[in-house]
Amino acid sequence: MNEVSQQLYLSSSPHIHSGETTAKVMRAVLYSLVPACAVAVYFFGLSALLVLLLAILGCLGTEAVCQRLMGQPVTIADGSAAITGVLLALNLPPTSPWWLTLLGAVIAIVIGKQVYGGLGSNPFNPALVARVVLLISFPVQMTTWSAPAPLGSGLDLVTTATPLGAWKNAVMLTGQAPVELQGGTAQYFLGNMAGCIGEVSALALLIGAAYLFYRRILTWHIPAAFVGSVVVLSGLFWLINPAKYPSPIFHLVTGGLVLGAFYMATDMVTTPVSPRGMLLFGVGCGLLTVLIRLFGGYPEGVSFAILLMNAATPLIDRYLRPRTFGVQAGKG
Amino acid sequence: MSLMSEFRKGLWRENAVFRLLLGLCPTLAVTTSAENGLGMGFATTFVLLGSNIVVSLLRKVIPPKVRIPAFIVIIASFVTVVQLCMEAYFYDLYKALGIFIPLIVVNCVILGRAEAFASKNRLLPAVADGLGMGTGFTLALFVLGAVRELFGSGTLLGYAVFGSGYQPLLLMILPPGAFIAMGLLLACMNLFDARRR
Repeated sequence: MNEVSQQLYLSSSPHIHSGETTAKVMRAVLYSLVPACAVAVYFFGLSALLVLLLAILGCLGTEAVCQRLMGQPVTIADGSAAITGVLLALNLPPTSPWWLTLLGAVIAIVIGKQVYGGLGSNPFNPALVARVVLLISFPVQMTTWSAPAPLGSGLDLVTTATPLGAWKNAVMLTGQAPVELQGGTAQYFLGNMAGCIGEVSALALLIGAAYLFYRRILTWHIPAAFVGSVVVLSGLFWLINPAKYPSPIFHLVTGGLVLGAFYMATDMVTTPVSPRGMLLFGVGCGLLTVLIRLFGGYPEGVSFAILLMNAATPLIDRYLRPRTFGVQAGKG
Repeated sequence: MSLMSEFRKGLWRENAVFRLLLGLCPTLAVTTSAENGLGMGFATTFVLLGSNIVVSLLRKVIPPKVRIPAFIVIIASFVTVVQLCMEAYFYDLYKALGIFIPLIVVNCVILGRAEAFASKNRLLPAVADGLGMGTGFTLALFVLGAVRELFGSGTLLGYAVFGSGYQPLLLMILPPGAFIAMGLLLACMNLFDARRR
């Protein structure tokens, strides 16, 4: 018996490594977004593909330049910048001009991520920061939606309103919800509606999310709390006045709710770490989303809701700290 | 310290906005254009100079226990002068700055210089300090206003800088843009200082 094996090695926890690395997790998230991207390209054609590629390259390039300038190791291979790019593209209209996409990529990486110290230190979801900056700065370009024109149908992209935008307009003008919008929920679920590149097909997003659940990268807390609170609150309003407020199903399949609840609100960096904190986070997102959609100035509120709850995350983590094992309640 | 160095410290080393981070409320609120920044800077400089002079002259008369109310009365008098003059001669600027002109009274740069410097120094150093701090404040507001105007409306002092194809980044002239521009300018100053050392 040699001498080394007799020694008692002590090291700090964790002792067993799950084998997950940042790069592996990021790659899984990228794979899970493939269906949504494919559906987007099917419905919106090459312009959507162009936006996707530009956003990814823009984010990777900006991250490399930032890290080079700051004298840090360039970590674009870990995939986090690429995911920011994909999520940003999924949050843009399919007809975004090239400069809008590139500017968004620069804002996401510089103002959303690197000024805070890079991956893991950013308080806000970088892609959402970029989306909101663009939405506030360029309201015309960011709300020019086009009706889907499936590949091979020979149709050109035609400007039209999103279901949520059409509903808000109708309610502001007449006080009544337009009847024809309610009927299309099955089409909306598949992705046949106007909207951002990635928000149109709830089905494709859910397929990707199922893969993430299977890989245990997602936990159920935030999506369930987010979607659940949207259903409950919007359902309450719907029961009170179904002629004015759309049904919960309409809320679920239109706009960016699925994209937000499963991909944006579950960003590991910017959300609470404890299960109870996650539930509270999700409920807050859901309530804010419904309030903004029904009563706010913008037709869609998912991105604002998530950013606001990102800001509340440190507070949630502080007050909902899990009880330390062995410490009695009220004494810790 | 010589009068010159009393003047110069307000420009960079003890710049009220970018080094002491004082008086941020008017700084962030009115710098939607370079012109507004300049106007606010000049108005503040005038009040700062006036209050420094009077406070310095009266420093042995003002009882220490009531010095803050006394300073505020002096400052408020000068602010009233500025406000009425602007209303009479620069009406557009007066409308653009709005509530932030009377609010110069509570600008902590002015009260800070009265308390920390003018009430402890003779007339000439107080004048140099007031002029230097005021100039530094004006410069800071001008630079911040210029940056925000350049990107937020594509103009500089009202003149179009970029071609007609430029899409202004509206965010920069909205409140969040003030914080973002401020932070980036601070970072640039720190970078400059670090390089120089």
